[in-house]
Amino acid sequence: MSTATQPSLSVGREFGRSRAERRGWFAGVHGSEHAWALAFALPYTVVFLFFVIYPIGYGLWMGSDPALYRELFDDPRYLTAVANTLLYVGIGVNVKMFLAFMLSGFFMQKRWWSKFVMILFILPWATPALPAFMSIHWFLNGQWGMLNTALYELFGFDGPVYLNDAWTGLFSNIGAYIWKTLPFWTLILLAGRMAVPQELYEAAAVDGATGLRKFTHVTLPLMANLYFVCTLLDMVFALGDFNATFFVSGGGPAMATEVLATLGIRYAFTVALPRLGVAAVMSALPLLIPLVILLMRKLRMSEGQL
Amino acid sequence: MSGSIVKGRRHSKLYYRLQNYASEALGLLLGVVVVIWSVTPIYNMWTIALDSHDAIFSGTLFPESPTLESFRVVVTQDFWYLERFWHQFGNSFYVGGMVTFLTLFIGSLASFTVGRLHLRNGWMLTNAALMTYVIPASFLAIPMYRIMQIYGLTNNLWSVIATLTTFATPYAIFIFSQYGKSIPMELDESARIDGANPWQIYYRIYLPLMAPALVAVGTYALLLAWNEYLYNFLMLSTPQSMTVAVALAQFLNSDESPWNYMMATAIIYAIPPIALYYGSRRYMAAGLTMGGVKG
Repeated sequence: MSTATQPSLSVGREFGRSRAERRGWFAGVHGSEHAWALAFALPYTVVFLFFVIYPIGYGLWMGSDPALYRELFDDPRYLTAVANTLLYVGIGVNVKMFLAFMLSGFFMQKRWWSKFVMILFILPWATPALPAFMSIHWFLNGQWGMLNTALYELFGFDGPVYLNDAWTGLFSNIGAYIWKTLPFWTLILLAGRMAVPQELYEAAAVDGATGLRKFTHVTLPLMANLYFVCTLLDMVFALGDFNATFFVSGGGPAMATEVLATLGIRYAFTVALPRLGVAAVMSALPLLIPLVILLMRKLRMSEGQL
Repeated sequence: MSGSIVKGRRHSKLYYRLQNYASEALGLLLGVVVVIWSVTPIYNMWTIALDSHDAIFSGTLFPESPTLESFRVVVTQDFWYLERFWHQFGNSFYVGGMVTFLTLFIGSLASFTVGRLHLRNGWMLTNAALMTYVIPASFLAIPMYRIMQIYGLTNNLWSVIATLTTFATPYAIFIFSQYGKSIPMELDESARIDGANPWQIYYRIYLPLMAPALVAVGTYALLLAWNEYLYNFLMLSTPQSMTVAVALAQFLNSDESPWNYMMATAIIYAIPPIALYYGSRRYMAAGLTMGGVKG
């Protein structure tokens, strides 16, 4: 978000002063101006120190004992949660991004009714997570959930008890996560598509490109970077997603669909092993940190592109 | 696509017309699928809420004898899980409102000082915000819970307000910095020549011109607060301090809960953010486009 904008933000060329003139912390335009600048920065600094740095430090301290990690790796439920997390992030994010990309193309085509579809399409995003996931939980109920009722009434087919099986349970969670976040990413990709200059398509048409070739030679290369950044960012979000798993499958059956975000909380507050909970969450750092580094690089490069 | 100028081969008019119909039909089909996919869980909420209690266990696609009884129960607090519903609704509003206000205030001050006052080492501030943005909130829950105990804020709405403001502000700083670039620097300079101090510039020039971004970020912050469950659950456990999210999840504690009451509560809880969202949709779109890449 803004590492790349730092130079222009912090140097202030508008005033036409050389760097040598502004030395040290107190070399703003006026002394009082600088006091103001510091005062304006104070609230966020306070928030950051008290509610970000302190908990992070506290968490690192809580999870610093290597014995915790030995304990974790001996727990089969932890290993299941790691596998689930990887599937959740890998499948949930990539399937959704692909769908979002396709749907953004669909919404680019102006039809008189697409406005109305859009209004309903946004609904999952505007609905708070908790009611939405509770509803999906009941929707999937094996005995009297709407899905199985519909399957039975339409096809005379008895659907499985989705949330009683580790696989269908996990995919229900992933589906719920996709349902909730698909509109948001579709809108982002739609904004990206709209930013592609129309002239490029016209030029391609003049060169003889039709549907598919326009797509592969104009849309795809221009959207690739945005698509990649969105994927990385959503991977970070999906890694930390608590609500879908907690409310759709509840981590069950027998903790077989837990992901790291819910397992950490389970350890800390159900089993009363807070340190183990912190360790479970911290064990996601080897995945989180490369994602963040890649994301920062991409953001820096993409600055000014879209 | 079918209207492109150059074609490899020439086809009859009928061919193009058929192709056109086919693509329209496909589009319509996709539109129907998208609507069904988006609306089904919401529809499910309504069928359960409108059903009378005993019919629910049979499972129906349409409520057989729709009744607003469960809404009446929720609104009149006529069930023991819901005894303090309106109080808890007030709590949710207080948290949402405070988070929105503080996010806008702290975020706009920070982006103003970095972008307009050219704070030395302002990059440290933006990097701090960026770092916070990429930390999943649920990962900090356990230490945050401990820290709120140290601060003496358990069962105090301010523990949740502080936490959510922390997680909403980075996005605000980012969007404000982006949007602020479109406001000409000359305005600040001329105000300065007229003797305005930075606070006056911030309050009288910067904020009014930032209105669309403020609405977009405000909606974002409120939705974030309304979507949040984990911190509410961990930090607020007395009926007095609970928000609706926690009260709602209490229904899950028992297997014998009346699901129609739960869904009616859920629907009432979902109304304010949906109304706000559709009300400020125009601005949201602007905010998203600006924020483009970063979500």
